[in-house]
Amino acid sequence: MTTIDAPRSSAARTRSGMNLEKWGWMYMRASGVVLVVLIFGHLFVNLVAGDGVSQIDFAFVAGKLSDPFWQVWDTLLLWLALIHGANGMRTLVNDYVTKPKVRSALHFALASSTAVLLILGTLVIYTFDPCPAGADPELIASFCSTL
Amino acid sequence: MATTAPEAPAQEVGAVQAFTVTLIVRRFDPEKDAEPHWQDFDVEMYSTDRVLDALHKIKWDQDGTLAFRRSCAHGICGSDAMRINGRNRLACKTLIKDLDISKPIYVEAIKGLPLEKDLIVDMEPFFESYRQVQPFLIASSKPEKERLQTIEQRARFDDTTKCILCAACTSSCPVFWTDGQYFGPAAIVNAHRFIFDSRDDAAQVRLDILNDKEGVWRCRTTFNCSEACPRGIEVTKAIAEVKQAILRGKP
Repeated sequence: MTTIDAPRSSAARTRSGMNLEKWGWMYMRASGVVLVVLIFGHLFVNLVAGDGVSQIDFAFVAGKLSDPFWQVWDTLLLWLALIHGANGMRTLVNDYVTKPKVRSALHFALASSTAVLLILGTLVIYTFDPCPAGADPELIASFCSTL
Repeated sequence: MATTAPEAPAQEVGAVQAFTVTLIVRRFDPEKDAEPHWQDFDVEMYSTDRVLDALHKIKWDQDGTLAFRRSCAHGICGSDAMRINGRNRLACKTLIKDLDISKPIYVEAIKGLPLEKDLIVDMEPFFESYRQVQPFLIASSKPEKERLQTIEQRARFDDTTKCILCAACTSSCPVFWTDGQYFGPAAIVNAHRFIFDSRDDAAQVRLDILNDKEGVWRCRTTFNCSEACPRGIEVTKAIAEVKQAILRGKP
């Protein structure tokens, strides 16, 4: 391992009033606890309960996404997990990237991909059509015929 | 009165067995070498000797150019922290018998701080971050005779008073290794010592200093520091207590 040329060199750096690190740290703890429940609940309902793995098809997913309970569950899961992961990646970038330009480029890439995925995911959860017109009734959710 | 008693050589009685121990030391001479290199030495040691004694034997009998720091040689001055078999320890507290002497013992300087020569690193960045946490009593009141404290109040920060500033913790911290900008465990331990001292009035100042991008929030609780501390300070716990104090806004 190479030695660091100037440890603590930016020690005399200017301190901004706002400190997001504390909030980032608290977010990781709080979201982590909630995610344990959300993820294992998600895994149990999808893979263990009912018919297990074999139950997963278009109708199963469509059925879940048309239920307000699962819409809220999946939205929470999406936002908490994605931001949790992105913040973790940000920490890694801060640890291993010392060139300021590369660092801000990676931060920008992280933030923008996270934002795109969050918007796209939220859009899918709330605008998903469980009963597409003209679809084979065998393949779609059972409640579609009653509509 | 038997004159044919078995001949027991007098010097053998009570003699302690000596071992030949191989030390592989990471040498670096800034005037000659571009890169550090490993050099091995064979030294005759007793199991009750310490790694520091082995280094002394090398320096005094084999190679006088070997450079290392030591002062008290009894585990209290904090001069001789080094990386022995990949772990940060004090050379004066590491007994030969506690190491596997069937294999060579690797000795090198602590990591993360600029290497100056052989086992000596530049400690200035380490002391700089120590100074930044204001490690001295700041009190506004003037007591009549002395500043009184209950046993419980003293016990609150007892663990962190034990620090000898050897840098074994900070130079074992992977977060410090990444870019060397983190305050480091030792500075936080010494801030903890005053933050939780009932006689001190500037806890808030120190909490503000450590509530920083390079402060306590960079700690990933890897526990390397707690494992490295030759004084047995629960460093990671102390850092966690400072984090809690910042969240509470008071010690």
